[in-house]
Amino acid sequence: MSKFYEELKTKGVSRRDFMKFCSALAVSAGLTTSGAVKIADAIEKASGKKRAPVVWLHFAECTGCSEAFLRTPNVGKIVLETISVEYHETIMAAAGHQAEKNLHDAVKKYKGEFVCVVEGSIATKYNGGYGKVAGKTFLAIAKEVIPQAAAVICLGTCSAYGGLPAAAPNPGGYKGVKDAIGVDTINLPGCPTNPLNLLNTIVKYLNKEKIELDDLGRPTFAYGQTIHENCPRLKHFDNEEFAYSFDSEEAKKGYCLYPLGCKGQETYNNCPTAKFNEGTSFPIQAGHPCIGCSEPGFWDTMTPFYEEA
Amino acid sequence: MGKRITIDPITRIEGHLKVEVEVENGKVKNAWSSGQMFRGIEMMLKGRDPRDAQHFVQRSCGVCTYVHALASVRAVEDAIGIQIPENARIVRNLMNGAQAQHDHIVHFYHLHALDWVDVVSALSADPAKTAKLSADTRPKPKNIEFFKSIKGTLQKLVDSGQLGHLQGAYWGHKAYKLSPEANLLATASYLEALQLQAKAAKMHAVFGGKNPHPQSLVVGGVTSVRDLNVDRIKEFEAIWKETKDFVDNVYIPDLLAVASFYKDWGAIGGNKDFLAYGEYPLDAKEKNLLQPSGVLKDGKLKYHEFDDKKVTEDTTRGWYKTDSNEHPYTGKTDPKEEDPNYDTDKEYSWIKAPRYDGIATEVGPLARVLVAYAKGDKAHQDIVNSTLKKLNIEAKHLFSTLGRTAARGLETVVIGDSMQGWINELKENIKKGDTKTYQKWEFPKGTVRGRGLNDIPRGALGHWIEIEGKKIKNYQYVVPSTWNLGPRDGKGQLGPVENALLDTPIADPKNPLEVLRTVHSFDPCIACAVHIIDPDTNEVYKFDIEHFHSDGTKHSHSHSHK
Repeated sequence: MSKFYEELKTKGVSRRDFMKFCSALAVSAGLTTSGAVKIADAIEKASGKKRAPVVWLHFAECTGCSEAFLRTPNVGKIVLETISVEYHETIMAAAGHQAEKNLHDAVKKYKGEFVCVVEGSIATKYNGGYGKVAGKTFLAIAKEVIPQAAAVICLGTCSAYGGLPAAAPNPGGYKGVKDAIGVDTINLPGCPTNPLNLLNTIVKYLNKEKIELDDLGRPTFAYGQTIHENCPRLKHFDNEEFAYSFDSEEAKKGYCLYPLGCKGQETYNNCPTAKFNEGTSFPIQAGHPCIGCSEPGFWDTMTPFYEEA
Repeated sequence: MGKRITIDPITRIEGHLKVEVEVENGKVKNAWSSGQMFRGIEMMLKGRDPRDAQHFVQRSCGVCTYVHALASVRAVEDAIGIQIPENARIVRNLMNGAQAQHDHIVHFYHLHALDWVDVVSALSADPAKTAKLSADTRPKPKNIEFFKSIKGTLQKLVDSGQLGHLQGAYWGHKAYKLSPEANLLATASYLEALQLQAKAAKMHAVFGGKNPHPQSLVVGGVTSVRDLNVDRIKEFEAIWKETKDFVDNVYIPDLLAVASFYKDWGAIGGNKDFLAYGEYPLDAKEKNLLQPSGVLKDGKLKYHEFDDKKVTEDTTRGWYKTDSNEHPYTGKTDPKEEDPNYDTDKEYSWIKAPRYDGIATEVGPLARVLVAYAKGDKAHQDIVNSTLKKLNIEAKHLFSTLGRTAARGLETVVIGDSMQGWINELKENIKKGDTKTYQKWEFPKGTVRGRGLNDIPRGALGHWIEIEGKKIKNYQYVVPSTWNLGPRDGKGQLGPVENALLDTPIADPKNPLEVLRTVHSFDPCIACAVHIIDPDTNEVYKFDIEHFHSDGTKHSHSHSHK
C-alpha cells in the first residue's frame, strides 16, 4: 500500500471510501469509473507536494458558498489537505491587523503562485464605498490582490456575475470580478455553488489539466448541460405530465414542475447528477422548481420564480 | 484619553465588521461597532412578487440560512390570512431546529472556541493525561491513541511551515487559561465538530433539497411532499440522533470544561435588557411556543410581555440621509449616496440602532433562555439550574459573556430534545395517511400587511411586508445582529455589544483577545444586519391586522407569534 493510502487509513478513511468519493466527483464531472481512477491519482500526486497556497477573499456575499465548502464530507477533506488556505475571514484564527498581515504576507510570498478564490461581488459606485474591509474598499483590495494570483476562481454567482447585490436596482453598483476589474476568471456559479464543482476544479488545477470553459467562463465538465437535460422528472415532461399545484396528486407523483415556474430548461448546472450534501437531494427532488440560481442576472431574468417562463 | 484599538476585520463571523475600543488603565473605556458593507436587499424587493421575497432574504446570510426565508413566508401567510397544514408546521420546525443545532455547534467550535483554546499549547500536551481528562469529563471518552493522532496531525501542520488558517493568531496570550491537555481535548473536538456539522447539514437536504439555502419552503407550506415517507423520516432521524449525541457527549461537556477555567467571564461582558420573540410553534394556530416571547428589564429576572409596538429603529449614527427613531414602518430611511465617512463622533456604521421601549436591548440565546427561565418554563429552568450548580456560579453570572456562550449550548439541548416529539408527530400523521403539506391560497384584493416573527440562532428576527395588487409595496426586516451590533442612538446610548465591551480587562492592547471573546459571544452576522427600509413609505404599521378577504368576510389576526 502506498504511503498516501496508509495516511488515509490513519485518518479513518479506507481506500474504498476514498474511491467512492472519487466516483462521486467523477459523476458530478460527467465522467465514468475510469475518470474516478484518474481523479484518485491526481489527488494522490498532489498530496505528496507542498500544499498549494489559496487566498480566499470575501466581498459582498452571504458566506453561503464558504458554508457549502465546509459541508464537504470527511473524505473530501483529503483534497482540502492538498491546499493551504492562507487567508479566509470566516475560519481564520487571526483577526484585525494580524489578519491583514496574513493577507499581505501570503500575497507577497506566493506572488504568481497562489490561487485566489473570490466569494461575493464588488461595489463600484461611490468609489466602491458600500463595501470595505480594514478601511479599504472591496474594489481596491480586488485590484491589489487578484492580479497577483496564478488563477482566479469565482465561487458563486455573486463573484462570477454580480449575483444578489447586483439585483435591480443594484444600489451599490455591484459587479462580478471580471466586470469590475477586467481579469479572466474561472466561474463556478451557484447560490451556493456545489462544493463538488470546486473540488473538481482544484483537482484539475493541481494536476495541470486544461479546464475547458464556456463563453461565460464556466467549466464545461459541470456546466455543459442544462438541469432539464438530466432531470429525473424529464420523462414526465416528455409525456406532458405536469404538476399545476404543490398540493396536487401530480406533485405527489413527481410530475414535471414546469408550470409551477421551474427554470431547469434555461439553467446550465449539474445539480441533478452531483446533488447536494453527499448526494442527499437537490431542489427539484424536494418538489421545488429550479430558480436558475447559477445563471447570470437570475434575480432579474428568472423572476417571478413561480410563474411559467 | 485612552489608547484606541481597531480590530478590522473581525474574523470568524459572517460579514464585514469593524470594532474599535478605547483602553485606559487596562480596561475598555469606550467601544464602537461598525458594519462595513451595504447591499440594499429591501430596495430590491419593492415591486416584486411576494412569493419570491423568501429567496432574496434567505441570501442575507448563508450561515443563518433558512431562517430569513421562514420569516418571509410567515409574513406573507399572515398578510393573506392562511393557516398552513400540520405537516408543513412540523417540517418547518424540524428544519428550524436542525438549523439551531448545526449553527450553535459551528459557532462554539469554529467561530468562538479559538478565543478560549490555544491550539499551539496543545502541542505540549500529554496524550495520556488528555485521555484521562476525556474520561473524567465525558460520557463517551476517547483513548490515548486518538489524542496521539490528533497531536501528530497538529505537529505535522506546524512542521510544514504552512499554518494556513491558524496563522498569526493570539497563541501564547496570557489570557488563555486552559492546560495543554484541555487545549488538545478541545482542538480534537474542533476537528470532530467539523466532520459532524457536514453531516448535520444533511438534515436540511432531506426535506429541503440542499444546505445552505434549502429550497422547499413556499407560501402555503412546504414542497417536499415526496420526502414525507418512512425511509426519508428515518434518514432525518438518524442524523438528528447523531447530532444530538454529539451535543450531549461532546459539546456540553466541552462547554462546561472550558467554562470552569473562565469563571471570571461570568462578571464580564454583560447587558441588562433582553428581548425574545419566541419560536417553535407547537399547535396549529402557532400560538403556543417551545421558547416563549418576552422581555427582561434592568438586569432583573422578572418576566414582561413583549409588545411589538415598542420596537423602533434609530438612524442617527448610521450612514443614512435622515436621522430618526421611529417604528420600522414610520421611519424614512435612506442610504447616503456616497463613500461613507467613518467618524465615531458622528456617523460610523451601516447598521441601524433598534431599540425596545427606547432601550438598547440584547437578543439571542441568552435572551431566550433568560426569558424562558423568568417565565418559569420547566425545561429551561432545569437545565439552567443544574448548570449553575455544576459550575458553582449564581444566576447573576448568566448576565455575561460566559452566560451568553453557555446559554447557546443549553438551548441546543432543549431544542434538540424537542425534535424527537416532532419527528414522532410526523410519523403518526403519515401513518394516518395525512400527507398534506400545502394550503392553496389566492392573493386578497387591495392592500394587505403581515409580519413574520421568529427567534433564530442569533436572536429575534422580524419581517414585515405590505402587499398591493400581488406585488410588494413595502418590505422591511429587523434582524438579530442589527439589535446586537448596532451603533449608538440619538441619545448617545450604546448598542448592546458596545455596552457589553465596557470594562473588559485588556492584558495586551496589541493583542486584544478579550475583545474578540465578547464580540464573538454574540455570534455576529453582519451581512444580515445591514439593509434598508423603503424610503418612500411613511405609514403607521398596525400589528393587529385587519383586512378583508376577497369574499368580503372580515379577517382579524392578533398572533402572539406570527
